[in-house]
Amino acid sequence: MTPSTPTQHPDLAAKFVADEDRMHWHDQALWFVRLKRDKMARALPEWEELRERAAAIKAHTMSRLADYLEQFEAQATRCGAQVHWARDAAEHNAIVLSILQAHGVTRVVKSKSMLTEECHLNPCLEQQGIEVVDTDLGERIVQLAGQPPSHIVLPAIHLKKEDIGALFHQHLQTEAGASDPKYLTEAARQHLREKFLNAQAGITGVNFAIAETGGFVVCTNEGNADLGVSLPRLHIACMGIEKLIPRAADLGVFLRLLARSATGQPITTYSSHFHGPAPGGELHVVLVDNGRSGILASDDFRRSLNCIRCGACMNTCPVYRRSGGYSYNATIPGPIGSILSPTRDAQAYASLPSACSLCGSCTDVCPVKIDLHHQLLTWRGELRKRGLLPWSKRLAMWGLGWLMQHPRLYNFAGRMARWVVPCLPRGLIYNRMNAWGRQRELPAMPKHSFRELYSKRHDQ
Amino acid sequence: MTSKAQILSAVRRTPLPLRELPPHAGPWLTFADRAGQFATSLASVGGVCLAARDVAAIRAALETLPQITAAKKVCSPLPELGVGNVSLPDVATPHDLEDVDVAIVPGEFAVAENGAVWVNARGLKHRAILFLVQHLVLVVRGDAVVNTMHEAYARLEFAEPGFGVFISGPSKTADIEQSLVIGAHGPRSHTVFLLEAAP
Ligand code: SF4
Repeated sequence: MTPSTPTQHPDLAAKFVADEDRMHWHDQALWFVRLKRDKMARALPEWEELRERAAAIKAHTMSRLADYLEQFEAQATRCGAQVHWARDAAEHNAIVLSILQAHGVTRVVKSKSMLTEECHLNPCLEQQGIEVVDTDLGERIVQLAGQPPSHIVLPAIHLKKEDIGALFHQHLQTEAGASDPKYLTEAARQHLREKFLNAQAGITGVNFAIAETGGFVVCTNEGNADLGVSLPRLHIACMGIEKLIPRAADLGVFLRLLARSATGQPITTYSSHFHGPAPGGELHVVLVDNGRSGILASDDFRRSLNCIRCGACMNTCPVYRRSGGYSYNATIPGPIGSILSPTRDAQAYASLPSACSLCGSCTDVCPVKIDLHHQLLTWRGELRKRGLLPWSKRLAMWGLGWLMQHPRLYNFAGRMARWVVPCLPRGLIYNRMNAWGRQRELPAMPKHSFRELYSKRHDQ
Repeated sequence: MTSKAQILSAVRRTPLPLRELPPHAGPWLTFADRAGQFATSLASVGGVCLAARDVAAIRAALETLPQITAAKKVCSPLPELGVGNVSLPDVATPHDLEDVDVAIVPGEFAVAENGAVWVNARGLKHRAILFLVQHLVLVVRGDAVVNTMHEAYARLEFAEPGFGVFISGPSKTADIEQSLVIGAHGPRSHTVFLLEAAP
C-alpha cells in the first residue's frame, strides 16, 4: 500500500492509543501469543541450532537465488504446473486475471496470502466482476469490515468479539448481540462452506517453494487453503521470489520453527505439499519480484528477504502491541514491515523506522535470525542521508550533534537544566513542543551528572 | 526481454559470494517412547490417539465413538476395515462428498514431536475428502512413528507429482479474540489409530 501522503506513524498511533482500554487489551492479546511462543521455543533444546540453520539455508538460497528460481520452474513444469513470472504487482494481477478470464471464472476463494495483499489483487479482480472471498476466518472478518489485515498471522487481532458479532449480524444474519467465538465461527463455517462448494477457482499463497522438487507448501490451521483448491479444478498459487528453499528436507527446519514462532503451536494443523495439479485439474504458479530483486542488491537490507512471515516480531514489539497494525499503514506492519515498506517508498514510510525503541526483542525472537533492530537503525541513518526526516527531527539532531561536539557547553547546559528545570512552572515544560511529555512525566532532575559522579568516584 | 529474463537478470545483477548450505543432520530431539510422545502431542493440538492391536480392535473402537456411530455417511478407503457406505472411486466429483460425515484414511507415518501424520493422497480419488468431512480418522502403523520433522523428511520423496499433507489435529481457528475454536472449515474431530500389526 503506498499512501499518497506520507504516513505519520505517531499520528496514526495516537488514534489507536486514544482508546486506552482497547490499547491495553490489544497489548495483552499479543503478549499472550508471545508467551505461547516462548514456551514452545524453550521446550526444544535445539531451538538456537534451528534458527542458525534456517538463517544459513536462507543466506545460501539468496546467494544463488536465480539458479534456484530456474530449477524450481523446470521442476514445477515437470510436475505439470504452469509457471508465470511477474515483475511487479500490476503484472501479477494481470496474469491472475487472464487465467481466471480464460476459464470464465467469476467466483474465487482465496486463502491467506500477504503477496496478493501487497499487489491489491482483490480490488483488481472485483473491478472485472469477479467475486473474491477470503476464506481464512480472520481475513474474512476484515474483508467484511472493509479493512486490510492488521497483522500478518492474526488479521483481525484488533477487533473484539463484540465487533465481530455486530459485523456477522449485519452480513451473515447471526443473532443480534451474539459474540460467542464458537457460535460466530460456526456461522462463518456454514457461510464459507457454501463459497467453497460454489467456487470455480482457488487462489493460495505459498509458504515455501522447493527448488529441488518443483513443489510448494501451504500452511494453515483452518484447512481453508485445502478446501479452496481441492473442490474447484483451477488452483493459482502466488509467491514472492524469496519463498524458495533448495531442498525438501530443509522444510524439517522451517516447519519446526514457523508455527512455534507464530502461534506457539508445534506445527500448523495442515502443512500441504503440492507437486503439480490435482488429477484433471490445472495449477498455475506466479513468481513475483515486485521490488525484491532490489532489496537483494542491498547489503544493508538483503536479510529482510529471509522473513518467513511468522509474525513473532509483531507479537513481541512494544510499539506494535500498543499502536496497532494500522498505525503502520502498510501491508506488512511491525518491525519487519518497517524495514520492507521504506524499501518500496522511502519518503512515504520515512516515519516507520523510528517507530521502534531499539529494544531488540524482535531480533531475539526472529526464527530466521534477521537482525531487525540493526536494520531499523540503519534505515534511520539512510533516511537522514536522503534528507527524508521531518524538520523537527533534523533540527533537534543537528542541535544535539552540535552541542555534543562542544563538551564544555554540553556540561554547562546540563548544569543549567538540573538547576532551572525543577523551578519552572509546569506549563513551560509540558507544552506542545514537548512530545515526550504528552503522556509521561520527565524524570526527576538528578543533583549531579554522570560525569560528576564518575570523576568523584575516580578521585576517591 | 521477457519478464522472466528481466527478473533473473535483476537477481543476478549483484553477484553474491556463495554461502554454504548446511547439512540435514543435527542434534535433534529424540524420545524414548515415540508413540507415547505422539499421543501427548496430538492431545495438545486437540486430537485423540488410540492404540489398536489389529483391524478388529479398530472396528470395535469405532463403535464406541459417538461421532462415528451417529454418522450417516462413512467413507473408508481401507477395504480390510470393512466399514463405510461411500465408495470413493464411485464418486464423480468432490462436491458429492459434501455430506459425508466420517472418513477413515490410512496415514503413512506419524511425528512424535508435533502430533502430525503424513497422508499421501495417492490412493484417494478426491483429496477433498480429507478436509470436507466432519470427522477424520487416520490409521497409522504403530512402528511408523518418527521423532521429528527431520526424520519425517528423510522418509519422504517427491519424485512423482502428487499431493501430501501433514495433518496435526482437527481444523481450528483462534481468529476471534484468540479463543481456540475446533472445527473451523474442516473436520471437527481428529482420531488417529496406532496399529500394532500392519493393516
Ligand atoms: S522478521 Fe522474523 S520474526 Fe518477523 S515475521 Fe519475519 S520471520 Fe517472523
